[in-house]
Amino acid sequence: MTEALIAALFVFVLASFTGFEVINKVPPTLHTPLMSGANAISGIAVIGALVVSGERDWNVSVILGLIAVVLATINVVGGFLVTDRMLQMFKKKEVKA
Amino acid sequence: MSDFLPTGIQLTYLVAASLFILGLKKLGSPATARQGNLWASVGMLLAVVATLLDRQVLNYEMILIGLAIGSIIGAIAAQRVQMTEMPQMVGLLNGLGGAASALVAVAEFWRLRGTVQTIPLDANVSMLLDVFIGGVTFTGSLVAFAKLQGIISGSPITFPLQQPINALLLVGYVVGSAYLLVTPENLPVFLGVVAVSLLLGVLFVIPIGGGDMPVVISLLNSLSGIAASAAGFVVMNNMLIIAGALVGASGLILTQIMCKAMNRSLVSVLFGAFGKAGAAGGSAAAAQGDQAVRSIDAEEGAMMLGYARSVVIVPGYGMAVAQAQHSVRELADQLERLGVDVKYAIHPVAGRMPGHMNVLLAEANVPYEQLSDMDDINPQFEQTDVALVIGANDVVNPSARHNSSSPIYGMPILEVDKAKHTIVIKRGMSAGFAGVDNELFYKDKTMMLFGSAKDMVAKLVSEVKQL
Repeated sequence: MTEALIAALFVFVLASFTGFEVINKVPPTLHTPLMSGANAISGIAVIGALVVSGERDWNVSVILGLIAVVLATINVVGGFLVTDRMLQMFKKKEVKA
Repeated sequence: MSDFLPTGIQLTYLVAASLFILGLKKLGSPATARQGNLWASVGMLLAVVATLLDRQVLNYEMILIGLAIGSIIGAIAAQRVQMTEMPQMVGLLNGLGGAASALVAVAEFWRLRGTVQTIPLDANVSMLLDVFIGGVTFTGSLVAFAKLQGIISGSPITFPLQQPINALLLVGYVVGSAYLLVTPENLPVFLGVVAVSLLLGVLFVIPIGGGDMPVVISLLNSLSGIAASAAGFVVMNNMLIIAGALVGASGLILTQIMCKAMNRSLVSVLFGAFGKAGAAGGSAAAAQGDQAVRSIDAEEGAMMLGYARSVVIVPGYGMAVAQAQHSVRELADQLERLGVDVKYAIHPVAGRMPGHMNVLLAEANVPYEQLSDMDDINPQFEQTDVALVIGANDVVNPSARHNSSSPIYGMPILEVDKAKHTIVIKRGMSAGFAGVDNELFYKDKTMMLFGSAKDMVAKLVSEVKQL
């Protein structure tokens, strides 16, 4: 295995542990927003899509990349906005209470 | 692809990754959740802008058009979606994320095929994994979406030799992958591996029953993160690896919580075809067919509720689809006016995704201090005068406690049968999502209010107003 791959594996494993630590003990009220927020973050695939569709010439991989850009952007924008919409409802009551 | 990226871009990625972690952390507390979501979205914006500045990215016009189209569709969808449809929405978005990750691998395969002599082994392994995870996430999420939306039946779909066929496909994937590791440029085999992955996604979700959807949605959420991570290995980009791993971990935690709430192992959810035991449940229903059910009308129900000291409302998905949450809150307000202590009991798997019921009640302005988790409320049922069950079924079925032949045996339930009286609002005597008959309805202390959740709650409200 190349050194770059080993380094990437380290990053992956450490980030996974960070994820477990950060998310543990979230109250049930927030499970849905947490999931849709995390879902929006998984749209990070958009970055990969940008890299593969970056070439100037038209070819199959650019076209596939552009499709991926659109799909991932829907995931990101839709995910963050709908999460905000949900959390807004929770917020309103805090002011009231 | 481990080309040199300018330091500025890498540092921006570092900031973005930190914002994701802090954002997720803040999403874990009601007071800071909205801010957390904002932080995470800023992180995403930074990451996208930094990537666009990358010198590999030259195709600006088309990319900006792509980003614009995606943003518009995403924004409209987020505005239009009903809160009851949240599980479908999250499912669909998961699928799109998975598809994007898989497409990254396919596009990269195409690029490497055209440019380099031999595809390096590690890049090849990453691509094959990405295609598999992304593909399964994509089609699995679409099936979950179709089940939740009612496009296809929510009950488990099984056919003969299902497991052997799945195993065969899996072997096909492994063999195809092994072949590609030796001769990476073989396009038909690569496309075959993609097709097998997509097919496996469909077959993996199709036998899972609607009652297990919270688990499936959580698991697919986790998979979409892992797919993004795999895409990160394909293009050797730490940003993708980190963000994907965070999502993968959070999805796994929610999956565990959901499995625990149903007292089922992940393996039995995925391969058990829940509800298949419906045949056994059906015969039990027939046996109980001659038992008496006590039915009351709204006026009687209102009297019981109005003169109680404490009422616990148990909302289920039936309340949500009837859009009765606003009427329910009105009923609670009227009862509180009469001095009744009102609480809501929320089962962890009420609704179709984790925490779904809480969101629906929040939409109706129910203060979240009144919402109680299962562990908090169960000891209180014995002191409760009336438990009002609205459109919930399996989560209040006492046979989960003692009938070891029941498919839901062992699942923790809300113990409404321990309350002094139980009123159940229900359309008819049909079984719940898990296809199991509910012995609660036949108990002496249980009164049935037959009707649609919305009409019946509205009637209760007007009757209680007259007390």
